Order: sequence, then C-alpha cells, then structure tokens
Amino acid sequence: MSFTESLRHAVRRDQVFDFLIPDAGPRLDLSHQTILYLEDLTVSFDGFKAINNLNLYIEAGELRCIIGPNGAGKSTMMDIITGKTRPDSGSAWFGQSINLLNMSEADIAEAGIGRKFQKPTVFEMLTVFQNLELAMAQDKRVLALLRASLSAEQRDWIDHTLETIGLSELAQEPASKLSHGQKQWLEIGMLLMQQPKLLLVDEPVAGMTHQEMDRTAELLTSLAGERSVVVVEHDMDFVRSIARTVTVLHQGAVLAEGSMEQVQNDARVKQVYLGE
Amino acid sequence: MNRTSVFADDTGGKIFLMVLAVLCVVVPCANLLVPESSALHMSTYTVTLLGKYLCYALLAIAADLVWGYLGILSLGHGAFFALGGYGMGMYLMRQIGDRGVYGNPDLPDFMVFLNWDALPWFWYGFDQFWFAMLMVALVPGVLAFVFGWLAFRSRVTGVYLSIMTQALTYALMLAFFRNEMGFGGNNGLTDFKDLLGFSLQSDATRVGLFLASAIALALGYLVCRYIVRSRLGLLAVAVRDAESRTRFIGYKVEHAKLWLFTFSAVLAGIAGALYVPQVGIINPNEFSPLHSIELIVWVAVGGRATLFGAAAGAVAVNYGKTVFTAALPEVWLFALGALFVLVTLYLPKGIVGLAAMRRARA
Repeated sequence: MSFTESLRHAVRRDQVFDFLIPDAGPRLDLSHQTILYLEDLTVSFDGFKAINNLNLYIEAGELRCIIGPNGAGKSTMMDIITGKTRPDSGSAWFGQSINLLNMSEADIAEAGIGRKFQKPTVFEMLTVFQNLELAMAQDKRVLALLRASLSAEQRDWIDHTLETIGLSELAQEPASKLSHGQKQWLEIGMLLMQQPKLLLVDEPVAGMTHQEMDRTAELLTSLAGERSVVVVEHDMDFVRSIARTVTVLHQGAVLAEGSMEQVQNDARVKQVYLGE
Repeated sequence: MNRTSVFADDTGGKIFLMVLAVLCVVVPCANLLVPESSALHMSTYTVTLLGKYLCYALLAIAADLVWGYLGILSLGHGAFFALGGYGMGMYLMRQIGDRGVYGNPDLPDFMVFLNWDALPWFWYGFDQFWFAMLMVALVPGVLAFVFGWLAFRSRVTGVYLSIMTQALTYALMLAFFRNEMGFGGNNGLTDFKDLLGFSLQSDATRVGLFLASAIALALGYLVCRYIVRSRLGLLAVAVRDAESRTRFIGYKVEHAKLWLFTFSAVLAGIAGALYVPQVGIINPNEFSPLHSIELIVWVAVGGRATLFGAAAGAVAVNYGKTVFTAALPEVWLFALGALFVLVTLYLPKGIVGLAAMRRARA
C-alpha cells in the first residue's frame, strides 16, 4: 500500500480504526463433534522427549480418563493444552477454529479450557465465596474489575455452585481453613464458575478418603455431557468407577485406547504396568 | 458482602480518618489562633514536621498497595517520590525569578553558576503551576508504566524485581548527582521563595501545606481503599498468593500489576511534591536506596495490607527518627535495623496486628 493510500485509509470516516474494534477471537466450533485435537506433538527437555509424536482426540461431552506410569507425559500434555509449555512440533486445536499454540494462558482459559492442578491451589486468604467470585466467567479487564459489583444473578450462580460442591455452609470462611478434600472441591467449583467447555482435571482424588472419592466421582460424571472432562488419575479404582474411555500414555505417546476392560487386557499395557 | 461502602468493616480506617480530621482543625488553630505565649501554642516547626510525616504516610500507603496487597516488594518507591519532588522543586525554582543570588530573571542560580546561557528544554513550562503538577503525576507514572511493562511482561517477580527497582533508584540517584543533567547536581534544588504567590516562610502557608498534605493523604487512602475493596483488590490478593493460578482462571496478571504499580507511583509522586515545599529542598539523596528500604520498614512496622497501618507505621517510625537523631544520632540506624528484625520476628502484622491481638485477648 502506498503512503497516500494508507493515509486515506487511516482518515476514512465511514469506519472506525482497526485497533478500536474489540478482538473477539474465533468462536469455539464443534461442528465435527471433536473438541480437542492434539496431532504429532513432540516436546523435549534437554534431549529427553517428554512427549513423543502424541496424537489424541477428545469428543465433545466426553469423559475421558488418562492413565500412565510416572513420566509418561501426562502433566506435560496438560501444560501444552493450557499454554504453559510450547511444543517443539505438532499442532493443538480447540474445536475446528482455535489454535492453542499461539495463545497465552489467560486467553486459553477465556476461550473455555479450565484446569485443575494436582496440588489444590485456591486463594487461601480469600473466602470460599470470593474464590468463586474471582473464578466466575466475567469481563476480566482491569477497569471492569475495578467497577464490578455483584449482581443478583451472579450471587445466585455462586450460591448454586456452592451447593453443587457442598460448601454452602463454609462460604464466608477463608479458604485456608478448608480440609484437603474440600479444597479439591473448591477448585472444581472454581472451574465450574469459569464455564469451560473442556475441563482438565489432574489427579482429583489424591489424598482423599473413600467417601470423598465417591462424591468426587459423582461430581465429575455429572459434569460430563454438557462439557468434556479429561481426568488424569493414578488411582485405578477411581478410574474404573468413572471411566467410559481410557487412554494409556507411555513414554510420551498413546499406548492403548478403549474401554477399561479392553485396556486392562491389552498385552502391551500389562507389560508397561506389570513388567511382564 | 456489601461493596457499596468503602468503610464497611474498616474500623481502623475510620479511626485514621477521624484523627486526620481532628488534626486538620486542631493544628491550624493551635498555630494561628493561640498566642505564642500560651502553652497550647504549636510552633510552625512542629506544623511542618507533622506535614512532613503526612507526606511520608501517603508514600507508605502507596507502597502498601503494591507490597501488601499485590506482593510486589518495590525497593525503589523512593524514586517516584523524589521525581514528584523534583517536579515541584522545578516549579519553585522558576518562581524565584530574579530574587536569586545572581539575580538572573531567567535562569536558576545553579545554571548561572555553571555558565549556562539558556534554560534547557526540559525546564520549559515549569513556571506554570498546572504544568508542574501535571508532570508531578505524569513523570513517575510514565516511568513506572515503562518499567513495569518491561518487568511484568517478562514475568520478573520476587527478589529479582526488588533488586531491579533498587537498581532503578540507584541509577537515578547517580544520574541526578551529575551537574550536566540540569537538576542542580548534588546540591539539588533549594532556596525556594514562594508557591502560587504565597511566601513559603509565612505561618499561614505552612499551615496551608499541612492541610493540603492531610487532604491528599485522606483522599489517597480512600482511593486505595476503594481499589482494595473492589474485585480488582481481590485479584491483587489472589496474584500475591498464587500468581500462576490466576492466569489459568483467565486473568492477565501483567495488566493488573502494571496499572496498580503505575497508580502507586503517581501517588508516591504526589506525596513527594507536597513534601518538597515543606522541607525546602530536594536533592539526589532522596533517590538513595536507603530511603526506599526505610519506607518498606515503615510499612512492615505499621502492618502490611491494611493501608492505615502503613500510614501509622510511617508516622511512628519517623517520630522515632526525629527523637533519636536529636538525642543519639549514631544509634538511629542500629535502632532502625533492630526494629525491623523485631517486627519481622515477633510482629509479622505490625502495630495493627498487635492491636488486633490485644482486642482478641480482651
């Protein structure tokens, strides 16, 4: 474009300047019923290939369990999906239209991917209610936050989530007073407030009692359907209690995929897990 | 949870503002109305000293906003204070006119002394009060914005950020020490005559400056309080305690940090601008890293993340400094160090925490 042309473009009065148009970003497109595409992903740390040519597809509304021995690349895979780690090669798409590899953590979270970490991280100094209020899907720019006030719908929504995760009684307590299991639930509640389309849940039942585990299983199964849930877990009993489809990772690649029964009878899986 | 009132469950803040209001009435009366012979008379020296403490208190509130709530330990906040002070100092220099020692109507004395024949470009406009006040807010603000943009975008945090802020203020100190910079070198700016036409030597002007400092402190407190009560304040606490978690919820942590840091720097600049006409001098020593570290001690002594605690800490420590440096000047720095160690070990929540403990026990 010549200088005069760009000048003319800049002073056109029938349209606003490009930089004034809010960046809407592509919408999540689920027309092919697949919410997450990971293709040919490879990541190496100092020569060690944490992820090696990984291919994984998650259907919309699915509850998927991912298992694998230590160092199989489960957490690294989560890191790639949420933008914490960049792969050396391969592609990661959210729906048909959103390329995860050129987005920041915050943008990915806004696009609809929520993550629960292995170690529960809630905001200890804030109350349970405030934790949920912060996590809520809302305008997250600085000025909007400065002026934000809690509307009646938002309050109802937070109360509803408090009921779902069973912490209504403790709403005004600081999160630091919660037990380990309650913190895990609060984190799941915070994920729900984000209204994600895809939930990544890393070891949700680590350190939980059996009762707490049962409740968590119930909670996670009830969440799938409306959204997709990916659970990474070590506890086989727990996986058996919720799994429909199981993916086994080994040395950074998919080793086997199928129902729990299929996977358990797979010779290669037995070899990896039992060393037979 | 009611966010309509900034005063909701803020007893300490209410007391703080009430004390300020009482001071605003008592101090001018005791100085201007009570005759000097009376025991109730307050000397102009005391008024100025109090005004100085209030400027420090405003600076402490600015530092508490970023340290107490956001977790950014800035060891260079004194730089923003000094820059604001220089802005005011430049205006006051231009007001001297031909009353300087050399009697040059266009150039401040130090420029005549350095054989400069024209005013440097960056001194233009400082003869206008409104322009100088704009710069008082703008210069620290822009510096903090640029510094913060670079630092926060690169995700520099914790002790590394502290060291960088320390380096920033140290670099500025060295730069301002140079005569070529055009800010009076190591002598700084001084020998001020009047402000907006009011003589800085008169009692009424001193009282006026004290009142301006008190009002600025009250307003600064209220704005900071509004911020920490807002959802942005919740986010700040969240960032302080678990920064990466807030990113995965979808917050742009850099933006929140950048705006709060910039706002805090502007507040520090305003405090500096009110400070300079009261003490009558601004020199590069104000940029000294030691001042910024002392500031952190004030906040720690008063109590982090309470705002009014920081203000109380600033006044208490500086009162101690005034008394100590008069009685036992060589002991002061040791006393300050000991105070910091004791507070860190036994009073992690500062004076405010002590008061809360008392109340809990009673």
